[in-house]
Amino acid sequence: MTVESTADKSAAAKPGNTPGTTSGSGSAPGAIPSDAKDAIIARGINKFFGEGEARTQALKEVSFEGRFGEMLYIVGPSGSGKTTLLSVVSGILRPDAGTVSVKGQQIWTMSADEICGFRLHTIGFVFQDYHLFPRLTTAENVAIPLILQQRAWDEAISEALRYLKVVGLEDRANLPPVKLSGGEQQRVAIARAIVSQPDILIFDEPTASLDGDTGKAIVHFVRHEILTDKRCIVIVTHDARIYEYAHRILRMEDGQLKGVEDGDTSIGD
Amino acid sequence: MQLKGFTGEILLAYKLLVNDRTKFAALLLGITFAVFLMLMMMSMFAGVLQRSSSTVINIGAKVWVMDPAVNTPANSIPMPDYVQDAVRSIAGVRYAVPLYTGSGLVKLKDGSFQAASVLGLDDSSLFGRPKLLKGNIEDIYAENGFIAVQDADFEKLKDPQMGAEFEINNNRAVIVGIAKVTISGLFGIPTLYTTYNRAIQYLPQTQFTASYVLVEPKSPADVPHIKDEVQRLGYLALTEQEFIDRTTQWYEFHTGLGMNILIMTVVSFIVGLSISGQTFYTFIIENLERFGALKAIGAKGSELVAMILFQSTFTALTGYGLGIGLCSGLMALAKWRLPDYAAIMTFPSLGIALGMVIIIVAISSYIGVRRVLRIEPFDIFRS
Repeated sequence: MTVESTADKSAAAKPGNTPGTTSGSGSAPGAIPSDAKDAIIARGINKFFGEGEARTQALKEVSFEGRFGEMLYIVGPSGSGKTTLLSVVSGILRPDAGTVSVKGQQIWTMSADEICGFRLHTIGFVFQDYHLFPRLTTAENVAIPLILQQRAWDEAISEALRYLKVVGLEDRANLPPVKLSGGEQQRVAIARAIVSQPDILIFDEPTASLDGDTGKAIVHFVRHEILTDKRCIVIVTHDARIYEYAHRILRMEDGQLKGVEDGDTSIGD
Repeated sequence: MQLKGFTGEILLAYKLLVNDRTKFAALLLGITFAVFLMLMMMSMFAGVLQRSSSTVINIGAKVWVMDPAVNTPANSIPMPDYVQDAVRSIAGVRYAVPLYTGSGLVKLKDGSFQAASVLGLDDSSLFGRPKLLKGNIEDIYAENGFIAVQDADFEKLKDPQMGAEFEINNNRAVIVGIAKVTISGLFGIPTLYTTYNRAIQYLPQTQFTASYVLVEPKSPADVPHIKDEVQRLGYLALTEQEFIDRTTQWYEFHTGLGMNILIMTVVSFIVGLSISGQTFYTFIIENLERFGALKAIGAKGSELVAMILFQSTFTALTGYGLGIGLCSGLMALAKWRLPDYAAIMTFPSLGIALGMVIIIVAISSYIGVRRVLRIEPFDIFRS
């Protein structure tokens, strides 16, 4: 994959497109598009924590690709290195060895401020505990990435309202997140993650705080409404009930990638 | 309204701050209370200091000649008459006149006694005379003529009217004028003006009589020379401001008053710092993970620092304004109910209070900023 090709994709995904839909992708939401390109390329990732006798290796020579148009799961038992890998590929945690290319850019050659800017414009995050600000309204929470992008306040709120509509919460725009159910808060977090139209979406245990049905409904929604062929969604999860929504599943164990499985590509059909 | 660019982050910081009403109220309370206490202490002290120099301000002489042991206008040490003559002969002196300051016991019509401050003005020039509200200044030369100052202590003379009579040190006295002065006295007793000669005649005297010699220099450039010459005479010449400063320093450093005020001001500062620092720290800690989430999303450390600094500065300035308002309101109320109440809010007091608030904010912000900068976005994933 080349930088030019991803730049073209990025341009196509920027404002003006209908948010969160698959229209115009030319492919059904369930299957990886035939012309899918690598959104993320990780090679030879090693990460150590601690020093001396306490030094442990969290990631051992991990290499994988994440493609546009796919939902990629990273699964494995606790302590297997899933979250560490997620942090490394999203530009949050610097690896001790290896390279990470996101949309053709080597992120770990960037300065700290450049990585911040890169994350802000390219990657959307949905955290396990959502981390919504309880003193802001739902719309203001969703608008945060745009505000950090120096967009005008009113413009950011207006855009946030559009994305709240996408996640079906337009009538909750003026409520604080604490007045919403867990599933609704998750949707707000998703709206916040996609409001800046990032090409990469990172979900950390998206169903951990939800009951089974709500969790499945959320992931179903993500797969069908949020995933586009110009977007790669990486999900770290323990929850086997949602594996059916994955295009591919990376199994981690003891910091190593133990295997890659294909998910159920017919789920969206 | 379009709020562009960085303003959006500031507005975000503002909403995060003020929407947490309980904490914001606690923060404001801490700062307001601290500012109020600090200002109140300093204002009361400033009021006392100003009143301690009331004679100097009201008389308005440019240069005061006195015994070198004099520390405040109220504690004058009488000088022999030759001092006045000697001062008059100094080059650069336009004129020099004596001033008597002292106190007498006034026996009122109802038979009660009231201490009063008495100022004896030079008979020929009446230099330092007050502005009359009633009567004619020349009536001060009339037999037993006294002018009463209409200030907070005026009523202690039992509502004196023009022509009212009383006794002062067993001498008959008549009120021939009612005047006003710029600053009331410190000691809470009425003030009477009369002529120098009547004052030294009516009030018990030591061997010497002139409390001060008031000097009008020909020009400001003559003042240093006059001071040198007076020093050669064995006396001290001070400009009006120097005499006020000398009085201020005396009250600040030799009466315990200054130290008490300083201690109270420091205590107020510590109270404010404790309340505001603790509350702001709690506010930061409660939002720490969310600040971490902002970092993960892509906020730069400098942007988060700017947000925190805005929050603390906004709180500080709001609390500072509220503190000033509260202090002003209480002082106005006190002056309305207690005419003797001596408190003035000065620019130095406001400046010191602002400085203290800035220190409170700096310390609170520093702690908050340190915590926010230390949190790693990776920690958010591990939460």
